Amino acid sequence: MQQSNAYIITFSIILTVVLGLLLSGTSQVLGPLQKKAEDLDNKKQILGAVMDPKELSVLKPEEVLAYYENRISSMVVDIQGNEVEKGADGNPIVAEKVNVSKNYKLAPEKRQYPIFIYHAEGNPEDIENYILPVYGAGLWDEIWGYVALQTNLNTIEGVTFSHKGETPGLGARITASNVQERYQGKEIFDEEGNLQSVVMQKGEGKDYSGDKHKVDGLSGATITANGVNNMLKNYIGHYKPFLEKQKSGSASEVAVLN
Amino acid sequence: MSTETAQVTTVKKPAEELLSKRRKKLITDPLIDSNPITIQVLGICSALAVTTQMQPTLVMAISVIFVIVMSNLTISLLRNTIPGRVRIIVQLAVVATLVTLVNEVLKAFAYDMYKELSVFVGLIITNCIVMGRLEAFALGNKPYDSVLDGFGSALGYSWIILAVAFFRELLGSGSVFGVAIYEPISNLFGEDFSLATNGLMVSPVGAFIILGLIIWVQRTKTGYVEH
Repeated sequence: MQQSNAYIITFSIILTVVLGLLLSGTSQVLGPLQKKAEDLDNKKQILGAVMDPKELSVLKPEEVLAYYENRISSMVVDIQGNEVEKGADGNPIVAEKVNVSKNYKLAPEKRQYPIFIYHAEGNPEDIENYILPVYGAGLWDEIWGYVALQTNLNTIEGVTFSHKGETPGLGARITASNVQERYQGKEIFDEEGNLQSVVMQKGEGKDYSGDKHKVDGLSGATITANGVNNMLKNYIGHYKPFLEKQKSGSASEVAVLN
Repeated sequence: MSTETAQVTTVKKPAEELLSKRRKKLITDPLIDSNPITIQVLGICSALAVTTQMQPTLVMAISVIFVIVMSNLTISLLRNTIPGRVRIIVQLAVVATLVTLVNEVLKAFAYDMYKELSVFVGLIITNCIVMGRLEAFALGNKPYDSVLDGFGSALGYSWIILAVAFFRELLGSGSVFGVAIYEPISNLFGEDFSLATNGLMVSPVGAFIILGLIIWVQRTKTGYVEH
């Protein structure tokens, strides 16, 4: 079949318009559902830092949201550890809406740092854990997670890590609960109050239960493990002013947003 | 590709039963005799990448079935209007649209699967099976036949990746569809006994090995030799 150029061009234009309409229509219809799914996933990750993954996985979506509503309050601080309530545009900032990966592209001084507070049911004053988001680079792509600290702001209650493109079976194991459990009970500051973070060691299979700042490594995924180490050290470092303020007794001043 | 086209033209007969012998062959042929993965060795990249566990593999299989069937149908409906000189681009546009649809639907209704699969769902576009069937079959055949042909090819792809995933998940993670298999077996033999999982199976190398074994067994049975 030999068609004229005009026919080919008309055909292409019609095809493009039809397919384009189809796609933008779908995106319009499914958009709100996708936002909800994203939001739920985000909240699940936050809760994952303080909850047993098995417990969390049996909850239905509505139960997760209700639990989150009851147990988590949130706030946003700046690099000095002062609470920020309004963004540059004057609108109130919601910690859940802060995009950590977008903030990562800004200079550390300009970023917004969300903090999620896990508290006893119905009583935001009765704080059980502080949950801090962390973000960094793995071997292939971004990695991120949440670190839950106990009220002494030093001992790690639990962590969750996620990744975009780490190697399955190697770096991707940072999402496995048996890897994340290694962080429980570790401490981020030494006795002088200097930030030591928790460092994943090279090699795997050694026992670091005696060392408060070391955890067993990931065999074959040293670069991802280094990424995790840098991420923790960087981000916890950014939160240090806030943590110190909390420790020095100004805890009562912290207004809790939700 | 040229051999396939020749093959297709020879089976073309005026039989018009809903599921005539010829049409059944369209579906059953790609399952074993001209399986896209084991015989034509197409679509290998996704077969390696997504098959560490059964569940994402199943979602991937369903997505591929949808994309192949729908793109075959669309291209076959348009086959007399598509200008020959831009046909590849037209095919690509249709396939890309369908793939994006699948991705959007997954994102809205199965977010966990979307997170796990999103890159690979996008890569269905480059799955040679899709374009292969469009070029070799849908452009020259009626819509209903094209749908059957696409469905057959997609099923052939699906059962192979599901088989690979079954062995990889069982041997690599000790479970099937996320249900632990190794654990209860280990418990039968007392506290200290535990079946070891094989880390090799979790990495893509494991897929090569399993796939190689499947191809070996199949070719031994059918006596197929590459020419």
